[in-house]
Amino acid sequence: MKFEDVKLETKQYSLYYGDFQALRNVDIQIPRNAITAIIGPSGCGKSTFLRTFNRMNDLISGVRVDGEVTIDNNSVFRMDPVELRYCVGMVFQRPNPFPKSIFDNVAYGPRSQGVRDRAELAEIVERSLRGAVVWDEVKDELNKSALALSGGQQQRLCIARALAVEPDVILMDEPASALDPVATLKIEELIQQLKKEYTIIIVTHNMQQAARASDYTAFFMMAEDRAGYLVEHGRTDQIFTNPQEEITERYITGRFG
Amino acid sequence: MRKMVDAGVRYVLFLSALASVFIVFLILLFTLREALPAFREIGLVPILTGTVWRPQQDQLGILSMVAGSILVTLGSVLLGVPLAMGGAIFLAEVAPPVVREVVRPAVELLAGIPSVVYGLFGMVVLVPAVRNTFSVPGNSGFNLLSASIVLAVMVLPTITNIAEDAIRAVPRDYKEGSLALGATRWQTIVRVTLPAARSGIIAAIILGVGRALGETMAMIMVIGNSIRMPGPLDSNPLTLFLSQARTLTGNIAVEIKYATGFHEDALFATGVVLFVLIMVVNGSARLLIQRGGRK
Amino acid sequence: MSDGAAGPKTMTREDATFATLVRLAPSREDARPRRKVGLARRQLVQKAAFGLLWLSGIAAVAILLSVVGYVVVQGAKVLNWEFLTTPPAGGLSASDVGGMSTTIVSTVYLVFWTIVIAGPLGVMAAIYLVEYAEEMEGRTGLIPVLVSVVRFGVEILAGVPSIIFGLFGYALFVSATALGWSFSLRSAAVTGACLVLPVIIRASEEAIKAVPRSYREASLALGATKWQTAWKVVLPAAAPGIITGIVLSVGRVISETAVFFVTFGGTVRAPDSVFDLTSPGRSMALHVYYLAMETRAFDKAMGTGAVLILTIILINLLMNVVSRRLASKLKGR
Repeated sequence: MKFEDVKLETKQYSLYYGDFQALRNVDIQIPRNAITAIIGPSGCGKSTFLRTFNRMNDLISGVRVDGEVTIDNNSVFRMDPVELRYCVGMVFQRPNPFPKSIFDNVAYGPRSQGVRDRAELAEIVERSLRGAVVWDEVKDELNKSALALSGGQQQRLCIARALAVEPDVILMDEPASALDPVATLKIEELIQQLKKEYTIIIVTHNMQQAARASDYTAFFMMAEDRAGYLVEHGRTDQIFTNPQEEITERYITGRFG
Repeated sequence: MRKMVDAGVRYVLFLSALASVFIVFLILLFTLREALPAFREIGLVPILTGTVWRPQQDQLGILSMVAGSILVTLGSVLLGVPLAMGGAIFLAEVAPPVVREVVRPAVELLAGIPSVVYGLFGMVVLVPAVRNTFSVPGNSGFNLLSASIVLAVMVLPTITNIAEDAIRAVPRDYKEGSLALGATRWQTIVRVTLPAARSGIIAAIILGVGRALGETMAMIMVIGNSIRMPGPLDSNPLTLFLSQARTLTGNIAVEIKYATGFHEDALFATGVVLFVLIMVVNGSARLLIQRGGRK
Repeated sequence: MSDGAAGPKTMTREDATFATLVRLAPSREDARPRRKVGLARRQLVQKAAFGLLWLSGIAAVAILLSVVGYVVVQGAKVLNWEFLTTPPAGGLSASDVGGMSTTIVSTVYLVFWTIVIAGPLGVMAAIYLVEYAEEMEGRTGLIPVLVSVVRFGVEILAGVPSIIFGLFGYALFVSATALGWSFSLRSAAVTGACLVLPVIIRASEEAIKAVPRSYREASLALGATKWQTAWKVVLPAAAPGIITGIVLSVGRVISETAVFFVTFGGTVRAPDSVFDLTSPGRSMALHVYYLAMETRAFDKAMGTGAVLILTIILINLLMNVVSRRLASKLKGR
């Protein structure tokens, strides 16, 4: 599928762990300021694919890549990964706030970039916490340990932390899978708000979540040699009501896990 | 029949387990028994604060030895901790696997070298070097500096190993979270990993201190063993480290073989002071390790 | 997709605030240049820091090589078959006479007896602490209390400095006011056993704990008693770890000086046989000390030191090889 206003794109992108091919020839375009969901059975490389966009796969030794991955038409691999991560933020599956205060957690990104002015940091922190819809719950306790918050609050704190860096893209790796249903709903509502300013890619194993919460959906599948590949990609309503590929239809209707 | 054997075996095993406690008990008993006359005759406080050590004349001040032990331990910490921490961070975060395979065994081997060999090396290589480098009158090379250097090398493996383990134990989540926010690897180490490993690192240092306080033979060979209170050799206060000294451990080892009667009791008293000191140090390290684990 | 109309009221309020704040915030594009400048400096700091870290790693290896290298090279000058097989010259004789043969013998005997005493004792204690003591968890009474006391005791024992062991040995075994064994192989061995006991207990405990529960359950299900299970199933499986602990103790005994300084004596004569328990002696480590401090024969001290170092290295290598071989044999390879 071809789109206007593409933020991220991959062309014939493959990834190998040593000799093992984890992703094969992925061609995809991620539209700007929209939510793209990545679905597929476990082990098909969804998280690995997501981590491509902020080069977190670099942390694993023996990783090799092929093909092109671009952001705003600039190759991701030719950028400094640290700089890339200023534009592409990430929220992890399990909330991972640092063992520091709430304020210090959110201020971490800006501080790393050299922001020293206390007033400026305070403003960034408030803005980010509001953006993650958690300001009202923590505004009186900014100096308390982030670990004292509930799971859902911690995850929204992690989102605030990512927002503080002022990225263009937010990658979310099953952000609500470790949370209860009420917290999950809050996160989904938050994502709807965020898409106005950010491009969001969310990996989820929960198809109902993908159907409810995303604008576009990409369906990945595992081939016989266990390499992941992109089966189909398009507007969410179209994928779920009228999929082009038979495998897609079988997956969506639950005929296999 | 089988049940009887089983019960008997259980009893024997239980007794073996009790052996350790029994030994600790015996150690405390005998050391205290020998030390008591000295404590009773002179008193704990005068012993700890007196600066004159002449046991044959009933003068039992061990302050000079306490100072010696503390100064040499301090010196070894100042010299050894930066190097040990650098090594620990290097092994845990920076070294490629191939390099780690070389450096880590090297550090472990350093731990296995007998203390006399370190003492010998110190005597033959370090002492003359220190004497020639700092030509201050009164500097024989046998001094706190040489001893600190030797001791720093001896505690290096202890601190490095435990600190490295503490740093490795920091959850990957934290590191990934930091990197994903655009921090560099070094920033991640300084602002997230090391603070998170803080209690383990402090425990490593404290255990190193305990080890330093307990070292005997290598110290005797390079520290000079003078019974005078260590002090600066000239107007420069740093020459304190060029002064001879004697450690609590050295005090015991040097005199025990020819000491009799009251003198002998006095050495046991030194032993008791040393024992308490090290137990306190080790105990606090253990508490810190536990507290760190509970997070 | 709905437009947020289904959300709770608070959402709408937040919605407006959020929009306001986003409008008021500086554009993200504006923030970029500032960050790029800082990045170059931060990369530089990282390079410098990592450089220092590499230096630390290299320094550790360099120190090892210097110490070991120096001692071995200097020691090699006096090391020959004659040196190893001639007894040291005792007393005040000239320092260029004599070798180290009796010290080797004394060391071997010392290690033998120390391990004979501490080995079985430590392993049995470890078996008890792992296999039997867990029944006591949660129960009250004298025995569980004693078990905690035992654990505490091992901790304390592990932390006692070696000179204190020496003092203790001197007071209890050597001194005429107690057992009166004076400087002898038995005084040294028993004291040495106290020293290495915690090492053996700890290593054995870990090794025994690491044996999978399923082994024990299978054995018990077949009708074996607890002891039979421990003896026939658990111990063999834990053998590599236990042997490692024992080898570690051997290394400790060989390296240790302070303890044997006050319990073994200083004579250059070796015990007549391994059963000559009342004879004093001089271990290799002690020999280095005496050569350096009393005889002032530094070249021979280096020679003995070199033998010591090489022995320790060999023991470490042996330990690695043996435990790896045993571990793979147990896995059925």
